Amino acid sequence: MSEIKNPAVTSDQSLPLLKVKDLHVYYGAIHAVKGISLEVHEGEIVTLIGANGAGKSTTLNTVAGLLKPRQGSIVLGGVPVDGTAASKMVFKGLSLCPEGRRIFQQMTVRENLEMGAYSRPREEIEASLEDVFGRFPRLKEREKQIGGTLSGGEQQMLAMARALMSRPKLLMLDEPSMGLAPILVDQIFGIIEEMHASGVTILLVEQNAQMALSVANRAYVLETGAISMSGDASDLLQNDDVRKAYLGS
Amino acid sequence: MIFLDNLINGLSLGSIYAIIALGYTMVYGIARMLNFAHGDVIMVGAYIAFCGLQYWGLPPVLAFVVAMLFCTCLGITIEGLAYRPLRQATSLAVLITAIGMSYLLQNIALMIWGANPKSFPTTFINGSSIRLGQLNISTAAIITILANVVIMVGLTLFTSRTKLGKAMRCVSEDRGAAELMGINVNRTISLTFAIGSALAAIAGILLCSSYPILQPTTGSMPGIKAFTAAVFGGIGSIPGAMLGGILLGVIEIFGKAYISTELGDAIVFAVLIIVLLVKPAGLLGKPMREKV
Repeated sequence: MSEIKNPAVTSDQSLPLLKVKDLHVYYGAIHAVKGISLEVHEGEIVTLIGANGAGKSTTLNTVAGLLKPRQGSIVLGGVPVDGTAASKMVFKGLSLCPEGRRIFQQMTVRENLEMGAYSRPREEIEASLEDVFGRFPRLKEREKQIGGTLSGGEQQMLAMARALMSRPKLLMLDEPSMGLAPILVDQIFGIIEEMHASGVTILLVEQNAQMALSVANRAYVLETGAISMSGDASDLLQNDDVRKAYLGS
Repeated sequence: MIFLDNLINGLSLGSIYAIIALGYTMVYGIARMLNFAHGDVIMVGAYIAFCGLQYWGLPPVLAFVVAMLFCTCLGITIEGLAYRPLRQATSLAVLITAIGMSYLLQNIALMIWGANPKSFPTTFINGSSIRLGQLNISTAAIITILANVVIMVGLTLFTSRTKLGKAMRCVSEDRGAAELMGINVNRTISLTFAIGSALAAIAGILLCSSYPILQPTTGSMPGIKAFTAAVFGGIGSIPGAMLGGILLGVIEIFGKAYISTELGDAIVFAVLIIVLLVKPAGLLGKPMREKV
């Protein structure tokens, strides 16, 4: 685990891959995200942890363009992207693997993966499929199976594989361990580390703070829509406040 | 022989219902709305074809293509002007708008073409009939059934093989996830309306070729029956619309032939009620799954 968590992290402080500044998001009158700022550098895994309703998913969905911020800026690779439609974000190199997996239940595994590569030219898809099947041999076995018939763990793998099919510069994972048995949670985090090791930059939202902090380089702790703490994941893992609030010890 | 005659008539009528039902079911599947103006697009398509044949002197095939293109544009326009602004509105608001659009189209047709029924001209579709032993089959019936088969095969290939068709299935299953894939949802919905409306034009031409009386309300009853057929087969399902349409047509013709001419429609709807009591999602419909 430790050799993957390398400090390539801060190699390029000047230009983060993703820079979110003073983000405010409302659901009607409810102020869900209150001035969040965060950065993700190339090659990092950054995690957002926090309780239910802290605004973690809202932040991801806003970065992905599914929600419109009322205020604040989102810059991806030096280009401002706030206000860009969700369907255009994937063309700009950002891919969100949404909460609850949201795979296409009535399509086959292969079709799901092909849809993940919707933004890419046809001739590149086959190579990406090979790559993804290499990472997820289980999906290769189930290539022709209908998505809805997969188990929960397999569906999560499919959702992550589908998100990878667009070859994103930044992969955002929303609660990948939700609703999975502990052994599957370990497996999913193993895959996240493998993806990171192969050079994918990841922004991870998790309720399982223990696991998230153990794979991430840096972390932000969210509390009722604002960042209450941030820093190196290993430091936060040792932090007493974090341990009390999120690690149950 | 009479049985076979009725069967062919039923299949032919059912094919028309099926083609119309496809428009309802595709739009419902993708935009989650009941487009009650769909029946009136059929009428517009038939009028345009009528004008092409009667007034503009176009050869039949060209007149039909013009009608299809016109309806395609009409469908996209209706969606863009009336339904798109209501994308986030309640389904009731959209439903009322669709009913309003239906009356608008009927009244525009009334203004342009008047209330007097027009007689749809004879073309290659309804000109003749084929004798098979004692059986006399009109070419209109044959062409209608064939057109239905071609459309069904074409749509199945389109949705299962092409990138756009697969994108449509994605939008129909999960609009948000489809957007995350990079699919432009608005454009996909427009495309669905375009296809549905082009099919409506074909249905209008086939309908008026078999029953050549054309007036502004021509589309209403077939529209409602085709909607019934779509529900019968399982709304949102393409094979369901096909099956529902054919069954509805066959039941209607057999009901009229063997039970009672007056009660034909009542029998159709009675069968619908029974089917929905036993299978609330329709014959091929999938019950809505709760997302976990």
